Amino acid sequence: MTGWERFTDSFFNARVMAQYLPKIIEGFGLTVVLALCIIVSGLIAGIGLAVLRAMGIRPLNWLIIFVVDLFRALPPLVIIVLLFFGLPSAGMELSGFASTWLALSLVLMAFSEEIFWAGITSVPKGQWEAARSTGLGFVQTLGHVVLPQALRLTIPPLTNRTIAITKGTALASVVAVSDILGAAHSGVSHSFNPSPLTLGALAYLVLFFPVVILGRWIETRFAWKR
Amino acid sequence: MEDFLSAFLNWDIVKEASPILWAGLRATLLLSAMVVPLGLLGGIILAILSTLPSPWVRWPLRAWVDTFRALPPLVLLIFIFAGLPFIGLEVSAWGAVAIGFFLNTGAYYGEVLRAGIESVPRGQLEAARSTGLSAPQTMIHIVLPQAVRNVLPDLISNTLEVVKLTSIASVVALPELLFQARQAQSVTYNATPIVAAAVVYFILLWPVVRLLSKLENKQLAARR
Repeated sequence: MTGWERFTDSFFNARVMAQYLPKIIEGFGLTVVLALCIIVSGLIAGIGLAVLRAMGIRPLNWLIIFVVDLFRALPPLVIIVLLFFGLPSAGMELSGFASTWLALSLVLMAFSEEIFWAGITSVPKGQWEAARSTGLGFVQTLGHVVLPQALRLTIPPLTNRTIAITKGTALASVVAVSDILGAAHSGVSHSFNPSPLTLGALAYLVLFFPVVILGRWIETRFAWKR
Repeated sequence: MEDFLSAFLNWDIVKEASPILWAGLRATLLLSAMVVPLGLLGGIILAILSTLPSPWVRWPLRAWVDTFRALPPLVLLIFIFAGLPFIGLEVSAWGAVAIGFFLNTGAYYGEVLRAGIESVPRGQLEAARSTGLSAPQTMIHIVLPQAVRNVLPDLISNTLEVVKLTSIASVVALPELLFQARQAQSVTYNATPIVAAAVVYFILLWPVVRLLSKLENKQLAARR
């Protein structure tokens, strides 16, 4: 076999690819579901924390800042491993899916709180005072005056951060989840051929390439006018 | 509570596992000292190439950067580590991590530095060239220093992410901090080593997170 034949036979083997395509497609679905779960719960928790922080209760704010710092400093894989392999020693079992979901939601919560908070503080104090003096309550001011202005500012960094964190779903394969990478990796060990990995990589490109382009577009679309 | 403490914060186990965790920490630091400069190097190359006006450079470059930004780093790493041996290219765990990080973090650093270079006013470049500096001299002495200053928070944030990302090297059995903690956990049947590793990561990276928070707030205040 020439070098080229060996290359195509290894990485683009049609027979192996056809055999493992269904598994990869299943993994694709799982990755999408996992990513969506993380985005929903992470962003809701993030905005919740930012709103709590806006109420300005000192000790509570220290706690929020600590939690945010904690999940910004810890590598996501360490959190996943801790939840998946650590919790059973305390008699609590979390599935690989649940561990990854919880871990990455906490990470997204931390990063998005930071971004939402930066957005909220960027709204001038006068806006708060003016809204409150017209008789709006705290929640009304936040919901109708501050957040609409704050969110626009947060969209570009939030998009990029969310993309980066959802790519972390591939880490789920470490805790035995059959997501794209998990399915591809087990395909390689069953077929002794790395073509499933090529398929897996292509699946990730199909999933994330449009998202990365979208992120780039949003960045220019919402760019802060200097 | 007693059970919880003995399973997660067991001091005897910390003492027992400390030599192996210490070895892991050293490997993590060494790994970071290897992949950060490697990624920066890749990033500088990409950023400088992106200043070339030719569409024959621009579009392939953009495709390259977006590809490696779209692929999860772990996928890239496994592809290199588990895939390349099939075509006779045997790579060690360190080698696979080096290649993967060069491609992945290089693309991220490249994007940050490109934004930095674009933020330097064109007049700076023209002025430098008109005083007789060559193009490379202008790049090194005039453009890059200002570019780096303008995107410093993003560079630091990216570097923080790279150091955190070194933990995925544990998947290809490179004996860094997380890998060693897992080893210690499976020997002792106790989660304490992983908690200890998390504490070490936190102590190591918390100052960086604080610094970033400060820098981001300052940047925001300047925008207002």
